[in-house]
Amino acid sequence: MKTGFTDPVLDAQAGFRALMQAMARPGRVQQVIPPPELPAGLEAAAAATILTLADAETPLWTDAGEEARAWITFHTGAPLVAEPASAMLLLNTGATMPALATLHAGEDETPQDGATLIRQVTGLAEGSGWRLTGPGIEREHHLAVMGVPGDFPAQWRANAARFPRGVDVVLCAGGRLAALPRSVALREGG
Amino acid sequence: MTASAHMQAPDTDPGYNFAYLDEATKRMIRRTLLKAIAIPGHQIPFGAREMPLPYGWGTGGIQVTASILGPDDTLKVIDQGADDTTNAVSIRRFFHRVAGVRTTTRTAEATIIQTRHRIPERPLTEGQVMVFQVPMPEPLFKLEPRLAETRRLHALGDYSLAQVKLYEDIARQGEGGSSYSHPVMVNHRYLMSPSPIPGFDNPKLHMSPALMLFGAGREKKIYAVPPYTSVVSLDFDDHPFRPVRAPHACAACGSTTSYLDEIVTDDRGGRMFVCSDTDHCAENQMARKAAE
Repeated sequence: MKTGFTDPVLDAQAGFRALMQAMARPGRVQQVIPPPELPAGLEAAAAATILTLADAETPLWTDAGEEARAWITFHTGAPLVAEPASAMLLLNTGATMPALATLHAGEDETPQDGATLIRQVTGLAEGSGWRLTGPGIEREHHLAVMGVPGDFPAQWRANAARFPRGVDVVLCAGGRLAALPRSVALREGG
Repeated sequence: MTASAHMQAPDTDPGYNFAYLDEATKRMIRRTLLKAIAIPGHQIPFGAREMPLPYGWGTGGIQVTASILGPDDTLKVIDQGADDTTNAVSIRRFFHRVAGVRTTTRTAEATIIQTRHRIPERPLTEGQVMVFQVPMPEPLFKLEPRLAETRRLHALGDYSLAQVKLYEDIARQGEGGSSYSHPVMVNHRYLMSPSPIPGFDNPKLHMSPALMLFGAGREKKIYAVPPYTSVVSLDFDDHPFRPVRAPHACAACGSTTSYLDEIVTDDRGGRMFVCSDTDHCAENQMARKAAE
């Protein structure tokens, strides 16, 4: 079994601050402290996000391989679920992404129950790509994301349209991550 | 001994986990905080723990601070603007003892500012996080006592009760009736209690570069205002919200722009006005001395 964080307390704190900054400033890319060893298929930022957020209280869906599933269960105790719709956290590493519309979006009185999708992508870059506006952004941020489905912007518009219900997304590439809270508006091509 | 124990200051109490709370509690609060940031102004219930001080002394703020605090942070704690009151001193010492973090009274040096009922006068920066202690998170509670009903009103975005209350205040006395804790609309969606900060501080919430987190321990609620988010004090077009400040200069530093406390000096009606923000007042006095 591969190890988790070198320092479970302070590395989780650093991981959370990266996530908090990412969620509060959508489109800004943050760095995490990587776990020293990674199970096959998981990169540092996605692994750190799981170690930071998941525990026995977070039903988790993932399409990662057997080693990663065993690693998550061992280090976090999160119950693995088969259906994306019944998960609170989703760790998506494969080529296909579960459609945002199929995930739990919370209810009008309890929108906080909406799921968090952690999607491993191939690249993240500030300054070009999608134009993001909304809370956390002074004027506009630009974020280029490699490795999401072509219809992601359309899916995101549908997700943002049902605000305050909705799904929040954490995009992870290597040791870096950025977040899309449901409150953010996304437009393609500058 | 864990690696984290090695990194802590020598006078940190080794009997506690870093920042007092256990890791499972921190994770629960951290997940709540992320959702609170994603849904600006929406109150989220959380499992508030018993803390080593009574409800009403900032247990909500302390739990939020404990969940975000790291060894690189510099913590400032204010109580009604002052760094030197019992509540502020106790909380600062608490975190120095259980987390070994650096503490400060200087707004400019702080990365996390926990506050009871004020926002510092010095403009905040992107590198800072404000943590508010909140006694009553529900802005509608004096108008609708049933929490199940207020949840529905928030879901529907129906804030007519608050507007009628404001209308009646204006009709009776010519102006809004709340000089503190005046409700705000966050991101044009949720009505939110800014905690009992004076109305004077409400405009500082609007499009602030800093992240604002709110913790209510007794009421077990967390909510947030992300940076650069629209925060508008509830008002009417023909009766715009006006932040109020005592029409005096600070007796200590001479400031005519800061929020003032009124201090009774004798039993013959004597009084003086001084800055509520002690750090701001000290900075002004130093600057004045340097100029002389």
